Amino acid sequence: MDIIFTGLLLGGTYALIALGLNLQYGMARIMNLANGETLVAGGFGAYWFWTGAQLSPLLTVFVVAPLAFAVNWLIYVVILRPLVKRAKSRGQLEVDTILTTFGLSFMAVGIMIALFGGDYFSYSYLATPVRFIGETYGLNRVVAFASAVLIGGALWLWLYRSKAGMAVRAIAVSPESARLVGINVPRISAMAFALGGAVTAAGGALVSTFLTLDASTGVMFTLKALIIVIMGGVGDIRGTVVAAVLLGILETFVATLIDPGLTLAAAYLLFVVILLVRPQGLFGRSQT
Amino acid sequence: MTRYLTAASLVALVAGGGAAFAQETLTIGAVGPKTGPLAGGAAVTYWPNVQLWAHDVNEAGGIQVGDTSYMVEIIEYDDQTNPGQTIQAVQRLATQDEADFILPPYSTGLNLAAAPIYDRFGYPQVTSTANTGNVDELSDQFPNLYVTLGAASGMVGGLIDVMTELREAGEIDNTVAMVNVADAFGIELAEEARPLFEEAGFEIVYDSSYPLGTQDLSPVIQGASDANPSSFVAFSYPPDTFALTEQAIIEELDVGVFYTAVATAFPAYGERFGPAANGVMGIGGVNADDAGFQDYVARHLEVTGQAPDSWASPMVYSTFQIYQQAIEGAGSIDRAEVSEYIANNSFDTLIGPIEWDENNNNPAYWTVGQWQDGTYRGIASTGREGEVDPIVKQGWGE
Repeated sequence: MDIIFTGLLLGGTYALIALGLNLQYGMARIMNLANGETLVAGGFGAYWFWTGAQLSPLLTVFVVAPLAFAVNWLIYVVILRPLVKRAKSRGQLEVDTILTTFGLSFMAVGIMIALFGGDYFSYSYLATPVRFIGETYGLNRVVAFASAVLIGGALWLWLYRSKAGMAVRAIAVSPESARLVGINVPRISAMAFALGGAVTAAGGALVSTFLTLDASTGVMFTLKALIIVIMGGVGDIRGTVVAAVLLGILETFVATLIDPGLTLAAAYLLFVVILLVRPQGLFGRSQT
Repeated sequence: MTRYLTAASLVALVAGGGAAFAQETLTIGAVGPKTGPLAGGAAVTYWPNVQLWAHDVNEAGGIQVGDTSYMVEIIEYDDQTNPGQTIQAVQRLATQDEADFILPPYSTGLNLAAAPIYDRFGYPQVTSTANTGNVDELSDQFPNLYVTLGAASGMVGGLIDVMTELREAGEIDNTVAMVNVADAFGIELAEEARPLFEEAGFEIVYDSSYPLGTQDLSPVIQGASDANPSSFVAFSYPPDTFALTEQAIIEELDVGVFYTAVATAFPAYGERFGPAANGVMGIGGVNADDAGFQDYVARHLEVTGQAPDSWASPMVYSTFQIYQQAIEGAGSIDRAEVSEYIANNSFDTLIGPIEWDENNNNPAYWTVGQWQDGTYRGIASTGREGEVDPIVKQGWGE
């Protein structure tokens, strides 16, 4: 029982890390390798507001997310849209965006070091125990989990119940046909990308309450997010959430019952098995 | 604009004319992580000391060699925590920048990786952040490599001595939960510790490792807690040092000794955990009451805008002092002569006197420290002054 709850909490953390990338990669078709840096920047925002003004990271989210939305919108319009325009196929776009965002990630690390230094940003927020069925959990992790549920739920509602969400899903399936039915593809793509950035930065602010980050830790989160997005199926929010929770429970299970040293191995084993059985991911559509 | 420049250069000429009679510049290289996994540690322990040392030397009028005073000019390279990049940067400093001296790199792994290249170009390498088991073989291979921070066996031995003392005083029993980060540093210390714990009559009731960068350490603390140990020992790196402590507070891990390794001596640790940190033990230490150290902390704060840590920071600064004293002592900037001087002399540094044993080690170093009432103090060393008595951990207090 304890394993399931601890695993669920970890899964919530993973969902926060990966949801944004799914929007960017699945919907806007940009494989954003600078995703982890967005997360770290969000975490830094939370740290800065907390140490400077004692502003709760839960409130900071509302500052950080719009800011990240604006910055990511700009990045998309200025840097990425020319790549989308000139790409002849999805494959070419993928290669171009991977190279570009890889470069961007170095720039982002450099800028963060120049602005804030390379030191760890570490603070304590809501590190108080919560008792639940005889076991204790960190309140900050519980809050992050609840936020993951909220953000995931809101995204799902928006994507599946609103007109704008439907347009986003349409461009995820086929940008060419989406244009034919009157969807403003460049605008909606930019919005999906920017929204992905906002979600990632919000996730960063939330996970920074219990993870110790520094300017160069972004790449670790990009990798984890990538694994989760691909496992869950590119372009499907439900898949990302399910994959994140699966991974969280599996890692906790292995760490508790077998050995904490084997968590990484178990995570990659799960990744390989899922790819072997369902190459398109748990909820992914097979490519036609 | 032109006039301004002319006026400015005139002033510079006049002002410089007197002082710069025999003033030259010494080019000093510094290679360390500004990005990559160890960048966070280097930003606390390494880079601010480079800045502070250069500032201190130049403010005092430079390094005196005979009648000439040498101002130091630092060239910094980021090695991205990548040994290949460290080697390249040292090579570049030696061949292209023609650095007169190169300060030691940061961390055990990067220092060892760079040792052959320092050796090849004849640069003395007085390390300050390397902590390794096989120092004896190293000095045969690289005669100009020095280790000041101590050996893994001494670090672990110091901890076990402290724990034995507490056990004999009846404060803890002989059960220990031990975890380590699955990285060269953690594995080496854990391997060193297993037989030593057994020899000292301790029983390891929980023994496990976790990968570097693990996002959730609650199963580790949970596992340790279930084994009901009297002491908890973690050979950990900075992010996990913070995460393990936070999790221990949440789970109210009830132990008499709580030990984490790197970053326990960081000022950020005390700031983050406040009174809960009281009684936490960590790797390395310092004589916190020493006036020289307190003065160093004040200067460090003033020049770099941040506080040093209470273990490796003063050691890093001390090794830089060794370079300075050796150049002045040898009366030359010739590397062979300076190396010769380093090998045959002892040095009076920030952490106290440093003398070499037959393997080019500094045999007197801090092994264990502890947070006591908001200050991190050294509680065990292999021959340093100012050790204070350890206290037993009394819960996590709110």
